[in-house]
Amino acid sequence: MDLRDTEAEAAFRRGLREWLGKTLPELPPAPDPADWPGRRAYDTAWQRRLYDAGYAGVHWPVEAGGKGASPAEYLIFLEETERAGAPYVGANFVGLLHAGPTIAAEGTPEQRRRYLPRILSGAEVWCQGFSEPGAGSDLASLRTRAERDGDEYVVSGSKVWTSHAEVADWCELLVRTDPDAPKHRGISWLILAMDAPGVTVRPLRTLTGTTEFAELFLDEVRVPVANRVGAENDGWRVTMVTLSFERGTAFAGEVVACRRSLAELARLAQRNGAWGDPGLRRGIGLLAARFGALWRLVQWNVSEAQGGGVPGPGASVFKLRFSEARQELYDLAAEVLGAGALVLDETGSESWTAQRLQGLSYTIAAGTSQIQRTIVAQRVLGLPKGRGA
Amino acid sequence: MDFRLTEDQRSLRGGLRELLVGRFGPEQLRGAVETGANPGWAALEGAGLFSLRTAESDGGLGLGVAEAVLAFEEVGRSLVPGPLVGTELAAVHAGGTGGVAVLARTSARGPLLVERLPSLQAVLVLDPDAAEVRLADPAEVPARRVRSVDPLTPLWEVTGPLPRGVPLPGVDPALLRAEGMLLTAALQVGLATRAVESAVGYAKQREQFGQPIGAFQAVQHLCADILARTEPARAAVRAAAVGLDAYGPTPDVLAEVAGAKLLADEAAVRGARDCLQVFGGMGFTWEADVHLLLKRAWVHERAFAGAEECAERLAAALVAPVDAEGAAEAAAAL
Repeated sequence: MDLRDTEAEAAFRRGLREWLGKTLPELPPAPDPADWPGRRAYDTAWQRRLYDAGYAGVHWPVEAGGKGASPAEYLIFLEETERAGAPYVGANFVGLLHAGPTIAAEGTPEQRRRYLPRILSGAEVWCQGFSEPGAGSDLASLRTRAERDGDEYVVSGSKVWTSHAEVADWCELLVRTDPDAPKHRGISWLILAMDAPGVTVRPLRTLTGTTEFAELFLDEVRVPVANRVGAENDGWRVTMVTLSFERGTAFAGEVVACRRSLAELARLAQRNGAWGDPGLRRGIGLLAARFGALWRLVQWNVSEAQGGGVPGPGASVFKLRFSEARQELYDLAAEVLGAGALVLDETGSESWTAQRLQGLSYTIAAGTSQIQRTIVAQRVLGLPKGRGA
Repeated sequence: MDFRLTEDQRSLRGGLRELLVGRFGPEQLRGAVETGANPGWAALEGAGLFSLRTAESDGGLGLGVAEAVLAFEEVGRSLVPGPLVGTELAAVHAGGTGGVAVLARTSARGPLLVERLPSLQAVLVLDPDAAEVRLADPAEVPARRVRSVDPLTPLWEVTGPLPRGVPLPGVDPALLRAEGMLLTAALQVGLATRAVESAVGYAKQREQFGQPIGAFQAVQHLCADILARTEPARAAVRAAAVGLDAYGPTPDVLAEVAGAKLLADEAAVRGARDCLQVFGGMGFTWEADVHLLLKRAWVHERAFAGAEECAERLAAALVAPVDAEGAAEAAAAL
């Protein structure tokens, strides 16, 4: 156990800090959250800067166009960019954290050459077509059909919770290629061009009032067989690789952000007098302990992943506790604000209340807390599957 | 940065676990409850638990708090009765041998309690805000026996002023308190680990409605929650110990120590409660060991600093005026 930077890590941190200090002041102001084309342009321009500076996909393997940085250096990247207030990964999220790593791990050399450099440089944006109206927690029951017709698949069905669909060039799409096989064994992973005929995107308004997600309707869309990643009907395994990435380091930057937010909340409470309430003050103290421990848990998970590559199922513990702690943060903020928690338009999208609303998704998205508990119980603790589970 | 245990740390932990399984298994635990016998103590003393951190020139191993917390996780898991933390602290800071308890007055409500007073070699007196730590003779502590909630932690209530004792020169009370908090927190992580293992073991074996109760999601989720509280606490305790070894009792490290104690107490107390729930009616019996877990967790929860004090310390650290540059450097270095 040594939590200090190695010499190589310290050098990486110094170089990154220096670059961030020089680059961030040059950035244009962030676009309005409702301006999707503006957001895409802003997010991809940031990605381009990272790419030009050699920081795009730092942790991706060198063969995939990355820098082959260690998981510990990637963690430093997430920590320092967040601490410096650099733009969030935004529209590049699915490409950098889902589709890219999947293609890097499972794609053909042609697929890697075609797609990965454009993800890294911000040239192309991806969205995710996994969930369906009838397939949420039970993702493997998805019904979007893909029928083989020569060297193409003909795809029909619908997807939901497709973030960034409105501005995406590509979609990582899960389809059923064998309806007669057991549900996990008849799924394939396809690369769908979002401008293909038969693709319709309908924005989905969430309880925040914004259109962060979309529904995706596919009507006899033709997808080349060459766009399949992994073997036919092996898409579930391919997907698990992606999802385990999501449950690994994907939230590390947010832990840093939450620690900063909590310190801000404490200062706000000092200013408005809420700090005098011992219950509230101790609640904030407890949350400081939770975020601190979760950061240590990230470091631990990352250390375990050094050399291993794919993070283990212990990441479910992190996801479970972190999404709950984040919601506690916004609930505590509402206690500090009092009736101010009912006002949305005071400070725009960064307001505590807007974050509180957005936070309601954290125990649902990327595997509900209930699913996480079941994963922990069955895969980590080895408890038996019950009848019908 | 590498959070993983070194080869030496793994073998230290593994060796201790093996020793304790052999020398303080279920039978010895029952025996301790019924007769007060504690073969675990001699085993730990013989294995050098109390000399892990003493200097090599004094016959110790010269290891750090990081190694001590790993050892104390195992000790906590075994339920070997104390006073383990005070004895370790006295061995390190006062060259003491034999059982030593810490009398740490806190701002918390209720009486000042001390375990096993008549059989102690010494007591370490740790007053809040005092500039020194004192070593006192247990025979001079005015006290009366009280009925302890934990059958394995007999308690005496201090009824009058504490003896003056002898100051320990060069011992920083803040450091001693931080070490005590961390070692206690490590015991709690060990208890929480045992709670997970017991709950899961019972849930796999006990059948109702024609299947193991562990196949029901309601029971699975209780077990998952015990683990999900334990692992962040374990990470916090180990990281705080590494920080204390590397930087000493700086404000950042002390806040991290408080967080570790707070989360370890929560993991142990709530873990034991959930474990008891998984055991159902059996959990409410004297015969099942679950109540011993919960009662010990309650004892440790009150030691050195309770939840209120830890949370207040963390809150104060959040709003403490800091040199921003220095704090960033320190955080990056940790």
